Amino acid sequence: MRTGIRAAGMAAASALALTAGQAAAQAPTTLTMAVGAPVTSLDPHFHQLSPNNAVSDMIFDKLVDTDAQARNIPGLATEWRAVGPTTWEFKLRPGVRFHNGSEFTAEDVAFTLQRLPNVPNAPSSFAAFSRPIQRIEIVDPLTIRFHTAAPYPLLPLDMTNVRIIDAQTHANVTTEGFNSGGLAIGTGPFRVVQHRSGDRIEFERNAEYWGGAPHFQRVSYRMITNDAARTAGLLAGDLDFIDQVPTTDIARLRNDPRLHLSEIVGLRLIFLGLDHLRAENENSPHITDNDGRPLGRNPLRDVRVRRALSMAIDREAITGRIMDGAATPANQFLPPGTFSHVADLPPIRFDPDGARRLLAEAGYPNGFRIQLNTPNDRYINDARIAQAVGAMWTRIGVRTSVEAQTWAVFVNRAGRQEYSAHLIGWGSNPDGSHPMRNIIATASAERGWGASNRGRYSNPRLDALLVQAMAELDEGRRERLLVDIQRMAAEDVAVIPLHIQTNIWAMRRSLQHSARVDELTRAQDVRPATMR
Amino acid sequence: MSIALETAAATRERVETPFRRFVSEFCESKLALFGLAVFTFIALLAILAPWIAPQNPYDLAVLDIMDGRLEPGSKSGDGTITFWLGTDDQGRDMLSGIMYGLRISLMVGAGSALLACIVGASLGLLAAYAGGKTDSAIMRVVDLQLSFPAILVALMILAFLGKSIANVVIAIVVVEWAYYARTVRGTALVERRREYIEAAQCLALPTRRILFRHLLPNCLPPLIVIGTMQVARAIALEATLSFLGLGVPITEPSLGLLIANGYEYMLSGKYWISFYPGIALLVTIVAINLVGDHLRDVLNPRLKK
Amino acid sequence: MSVYLLRRLIQAVGVVFAMSLIVFIGVFAIGDPVEILISPDADQIERERAIRALGLDLPLWQQYLVFLGKALQGDLGRSFVFNEPALQLILQRMPATLELAFAATIGAIIIGLPLGLYAGLRPDSAGSKVIMAGSILGFSLPTFWVGLMLIMVFAVQLGWLPSTGRGETVEVLGMRWSFLTWNGITHLIMPALNLALFKISLVIRLTRAGVRETMLMDYVKFARAKGLSPFRVTFVHVFKNILIPVVTVTGLEFGSTIAFSVVTESIFAWPGMGKLIIDSINVLDRPVIVAYLMIIVLMFITINLIVDLTYSLLDPRVRLEGK
Repeated sequence: MRTGIRAAGMAAASALALTAGQAAAQAPTTLTMAVGAPVTSLDPHFHQLSPNNAVSDMIFDKLVDTDAQARNIPGLATEWRAVGPTTWEFKLRPGVRFHNGSEFTAEDVAFTLQRLPNVPNAPSSFAAFSRPIQRIEIVDPLTIRFHTAAPYPLLPLDMTNVRIIDAQTHANVTTEGFNSGGLAIGTGPFRVVQHRSGDRIEFERNAEYWGGAPHFQRVSYRMITNDAARTAGLLAGDLDFIDQVPTTDIARLRNDPRLHLSEIVGLRLIFLGLDHLRAENENSPHITDNDGRPLGRNPLRDVRVRRALSMAIDREAITGRIMDGAATPANQFLPPGTFSHVADLPPIRFDPDGARRLLAEAGYPNGFRIQLNTPNDRYINDARIAQAVGAMWTRIGVRTSVEAQTWAVFVNRAGRQEYSAHLIGWGSNPDGSHPMRNIIATASAERGWGASNRGRYSNPRLDALLVQAMAELDEGRRERLLVDIQRMAAEDVAVIPLHIQTNIWAMRRSLQHSARVDELTRAQDVRPATMR
Repeated sequence: MSIALETAAATRERVETPFRRFVSEFCESKLALFGLAVFTFIALLAILAPWIAPQNPYDLAVLDIMDGRLEPGSKSGDGTITFWLGTDDQGRDMLSGIMYGLRISLMVGAGSALLACIVGASLGLLAAYAGGKTDSAIMRVVDLQLSFPAILVALMILAFLGKSIANVVIAIVVVEWAYYARTVRGTALVERRREYIEAAQCLALPTRRILFRHLLPNCLPPLIVIGTMQVARAIALEATLSFLGLGVPITEPSLGLLIANGYEYMLSGKYWISFYPGIALLVTIVAINLVGDHLRDVLNPRLKK
Repeated sequence: MSVYLLRRLIQAVGVVFAMSLIVFIGVFAIGDPVEILISPDADQIERERAIRALGLDLPLWQQYLVFLGKALQGDLGRSFVFNEPALQLILQRMPATLELAFAATIGAIIIGLPLGLYAGLRPDSAGSKVIMAGSILGFSLPTFWVGLMLIMVFAVQLGWLPSTGRGETVEVLGMRWSFLTWNGITHLIMPALNLALFKISLVIRLTRAGVRETMLMDYVKFARAKGLSPFRVTFVHVFKNILIPVVTVTGLEFGSTIAFSVVTESIFAWPGMGKLIIDSINVLDRPVIVAYLMIIVLMFITINLIVDLTYSLLDPRVRLEGK
């Protein structure tokens, strides 16, 4: 079903090998990189967290890999297909060895999937990726089949999250075993030399890597959470490469002749969630009339009010002035070029007059008061964006106060539906169903949907379409269903999309980086710049 | 309260001369007078801000991000205001922001230092004077308090009570009172062995009277040193809390929050966003300390010639 | 004396107990760590599983009893985030913070004491006015701002010192220390100075205040009248007396230096306990918060005990037994 994947993968691998060969002569031996988010564990199945996943990607491999655009490409599996409505078959790459020399086979895949739900104390486990699989069938050492209870189109996508470990070496391994560095043994391009928790991880390259030897002999992977310190470290020459470049420093770094940036429109949408939990005739917790008295109704249940609030926002101003260009105004969940992106959905017009008219039509000619809640340590410029939105809403008559809290406080309150309006983000995987299932599907424990639907939006027609899409194995039909859902959500203003973030890295001129949409910062994506 | 009234009344009946002496002694130092003048000016700026500031920086309706990060001396997009000290990322006039920010910082600084001083000094005196179990109990609470990181205390209090300026004051008082208690106890331990306290005890004066009329004045010098510093420290602590996202509400920035906000622009050369609030903070604290230093010399009974 | 120490010990146990209770209730009130730690796309089943795995499904009092039971056996729980014993995590990071705090404290005394003495002995000289004005800078400028300025000037502009991080370490007594290598010292200078700024000002002011006061005491006047050299008067008679407040405050400050090293450590990417605790607070990693605070509270109690003992040595008028 995915013709061409194999060829593309082969081409990518050989291109990698080629540049590796060229670079070997002048390659600097050590790459010092700094990341903004701390890595908490080297156990690839302990904590489902981007910084951990990035480091896991350097040590381990997955059956299905993803390219910089987050499209599936062959990893430890060379090809895969659905051999029946509920059966997926994966062909494994021959001749791959773990860092300690033991050979990679189907046994290791089965072992890994069995470990996923059994990691003690995992605060956010990978169990969800093995749960749809009812039975694992090892056909031969290089062929494995997964049997699912119902048709499950997302299985290859799930496999992009599962890092394969060695059945022998890791038979009774604990998280501590991985963390000490000693048992952090995979098939990946780098091996761990030393792990100083919360400070740095020292790697050396795996010269026998099946995808071609990495470009650097050693990698020093440091965690520097303070944004300014990261930038300063790069400017001072102590660091070669940093991620999460603060938007305030973009201009300065771009103008520095010694440095350059790599950037790509990411998959993280910043949006506003609105209170759909309170019925039309109930009070929303942070909405009052202009004199501070309860309103007696929840204006956010009126689609005209939601549309007015969305139209009042000057997205270009936010992306230009607050994000310094490191974001793209959004009208839907995913950026152009991704699966199920709706190309002909018109951008949301900035129209304060129209917004005022809509408010008057909805029965609020003089507006009302609302509190907008935002985290202040989670997303790029989160509290600044919320303040700007507050000013824009105030100008159409919806007098807004902005309260910023740390994520620890914010996420708990938002999860208890204590807010009327909140600013939040969603880092998606490249499948359109991902944000839909989690953010706008009706919250339901049985389906496992809507766990991040903090505004409690609920639309039965939308849910029905989503059920259909999730059982559809034909990619074309599935995409059309998802497009319909996206249109429906936009029409109903289920959430107010603001912008999609651009991921930015900065490095010395002597380096090159292929920027990833999934925000992961990995040493294998950095290479010496070819001659200019 | 009754204690305060009593001592106030006592001061009045005893005096006229000591007060005048105090004033004349205070006026001896030109530097302290200058500090007082500067402080008065700053306080006036803060108090009168709503009437004299070019803009109400707390009113979101007047802020326009299209005016954001303008250099000092620029005009606003609609040409109505000149931003003499530039604007921050939201298009807030820095001059107005500083005037309003001063209000909050002074309120937070003075309010929390005063409250913490009252609570801390009373408990410290009591601990030193009573000794024994009372002393142990109070000092263990001090141990407990001092070992709690300010950030955790602030996070708990602000999570419980919500974000507001009053709650920031409470958080800082909770963090800071123990310093006063510890210092006052240390001094008072020495003082209570002195003859004048023993004499007072022999006269069977009430404990309250001994504590506040005899012991306290002699513990004042270090208390004033700490006190004036703590005003500064409270303002700086509030700035640090803001830096960590735990301070005052973002739409009502204090000086500290203005600095913390502008901090992120330091590397990109937009110095004015944190530089001018920093200068304002510095001048305020220098003025407070010039006055405080001299006050300590004047009030210190042992420095009397 | 031993009765006194025993009593302090019993009190210490009570304080530690009270503290753990406060932290349990406090963290519980802030929120549920699972909400923060869990992957955003985890479904409800996974959320339930995580809550059970971390033992957060029990009522709070039961969670506390479980904790107490284990604590009595020396197990302070495992970090939610790192899945390692909380105590071990903290002890791993302790040397970094200790050396930073020691460097800052020693620096503060070496710089602050002479300047304060000078300012106290010559209160009207221009030099002492400059010192006093400078000391105001020390505690009015926010630490985070000064930290960045130090990095900008000494690392980015001048390139004299490394911008952030801890240098090479040497293993002594099973712990890794960086102050024994040259590279380590260069990394230590800026964060230590940043952390010391407030304390330098404090020591200057306390010393000056003490000197000015003591110089007017009868015994000093007498010593001078007797014709003792100014040097002897200063360093024997005056110095000994001003040490009391300086010792108290420096001792106290040592504790708060560790507690306040959070900001400095995060700006300079210093891998110490302060950075660990702020990260732990941000994700409500309760076992680490509790264990950290227990260690800190014990440390404070010890420091206070030492300060009290030193008091009685320096000033015989203070008697430890009380009434």
